[in-house]
Amino acid sequence: MESKTVPFLTAEHINKKFGSITALEDVSLSVCQGEILAIAGDNGAGKTTLIKIMSGVIRPDSGTIVIGGKEYRELTPAKAIKAGISTVYQDLALGNTMDVTSNIFLGNERTSAGFLKKREMDEAAEKLIEGLDIHIADVTVPVGRLSGGQRQGVAVARLISRSGKLLIFDEPTAAMGLNESRSVLKLIRRLAGEGYGVIMISHNLPQILQVADRVCIMRQGRVIRELETSDITLEELEDLISGNTETGSQVNHENE
Amino acid sequence: MRTNKNRDISYTLLLLGLLVLLVVILSLSSSFFFSWKNGRNVLNQSAIYLLLSIGMTFMISAGQIDLSVGSILGFTGMTMGLLIQGGTGTAAAVAIGLLTAFAIGLVNGLLVSYGRINSFIVTLSTMTILRGIILIKTNAKSIFGFGDAFTFIGSGSVGPVNLPIVISILAAAAGAVILHRTRFGSYCLFIGSNEMALNRSGVSVRKYKTLIFALCGLCAGAAGMIVTSRINSAEPLAGQGYEMDAIAITILGGTDLKGGKGSVIGTVIACFILNVMKNGLTLLSISSHYQEILTGVILLIAVSVSESGQRKKREV
Repeated sequence: MESKTVPFLTAEHINKKFGSITALEDVSLSVCQGEILAIAGDNGAGKTTLIKIMSGVIRPDSGTIVIGGKEYRELTPAKAIKAGISTVYQDLALGNTMDVTSNIFLGNERTSAGFLKKREMDEAAEKLIEGLDIHIADVTVPVGRLSGGQRQGVAVARLISRSGKLLIFDEPTAAMGLNESRSVLKLIRRLAGEGYGVIMISHNLPQILQVADRVCIMRQGRVIRELETSDITLEELEDLISGNTETGSQVNHENE
Repeated sequence: MRTNKNRDISYTLLLLGLLVLLVVILSLSSSFFFSWKNGRNVLNQSAIYLLLSIGMTFMISAGQIDLSVGSILGFTGMTMGLLIQGGTGTAAAVAIGLLTAFAIGLVNGLLVSYGRINSFIVTLSTMTILRGIILIKTNAKSIFGFGDAFTFIGSGSVGPVNLPIVISILAAAAGAVILHRTRFGSYCLFIGSNEMALNRSGVSVRKYKTLIFALCGLCAGAAGMIVTSRINSAEPLAGQGYEMDAIAITILGGTDLKGGKGSVIGTVIACFILNVMKNGLTLLSISSHYQEILTGVILLIAVSVSESGQRKKREV
């Protein structure tokens, strides 16, 4: 694995508009392998748009993405995955009528002469699910019949199965119960410890402070601050995100 | 928790039970029904619909629709007929005809995938355009007399079984394996289930969608080859309305109209159900107009059952 000081992914001067609405304005950030970067911000701050651009789902109007030293002007999901970016989207991107195994190995199927190795994939899916401490009795059930937490577990299992170098989680514990959330957060720390870079978007600020190394705070499509999580309290983080309080304004001025 | 597999098996057994019940009732109602000759007749007729419905199973599993299969059937027959009459060898005429059908499906797929036009609109247009070309090229008259080599495809037999039956059963077996055991089949179902998920996983949805249309076109072409060969004539209206039968069969077979779920085995049984029913009604001297009504009613019942199943799933 590469050094924790050399960025694996760098987004530079990213701009994106949807019609007349500015979703992102001159956004730059970077993340190294072995590091957990949290992106925090209120609804509409541009967090999801940013990770969709980094995953190749949306093309920016301007700006560049550099992954592993290679610049991508027209990043596609296929190129991003090949470059080592794996993403769990907020909507989880699951096929509800398809079984757990098919969802986990989507785009990464194990085949022999074009035929799916169903049994092998089922067994591997069971192991991945077990490793996440998520209980799914049968990996042949359609994902649409699972609970929110189980579905999120399937999306996380898909991400792990791809063995990327940078893992992006958009609200990784949103639909999960307490134990499942703990398992996923533990997993995120473990993966970073193993050298994976991690970007996580979360509205759960205590979780951000508990897990992330750095936090990037966004407001109205702009990055307003980047901090080490050890340098900020929960209250200060809340104030920065809302931008309405005295502390938040004060930190903003300092930033400028 | 009931698995996908268990639910599918239950539904397939239900269809099989329905088919057996139908055979028993018709055997008791008509003394001609339960005979080898009539059985072969039903199987022969089923072969054409089966080929069309296999393609349609892939299509509907992917959440798409192809209304042009009946016209592709007619167009392929006309192409092969004109080529043979023009002096082209049978093998070459068959190959060109099938390639033409594949190419028409490919064009449908390109328009849907890259042109981003709804499959209903694209294939509705193709359906009418092709039928128009057939009527112009044939002057609305039959083309007939193609020689023994070509008619063997529709009338020849392998042992006691007619060749069209062998072709369609082989196609069904290949279809079942492709849909349920290969990456292509899995992507086909995923396109119907959540196209965006597939796209975000780095899979070219456009490429696979285009191939599904091409495959459906090829199946319709094979059906066109059999129809033309069997009657030794390319009829200008051949295949007209067959798309509705193929859709009815596919949905009755358990393929979800919304996509994401498909069953080739279900399609095979549903195809036999529909053709046994039509054959039985003919033997009982019931007008073919009533058969049309029956097809519509079956389609309605199949969609209602499918919708009710979806509602129950949502309520779980």
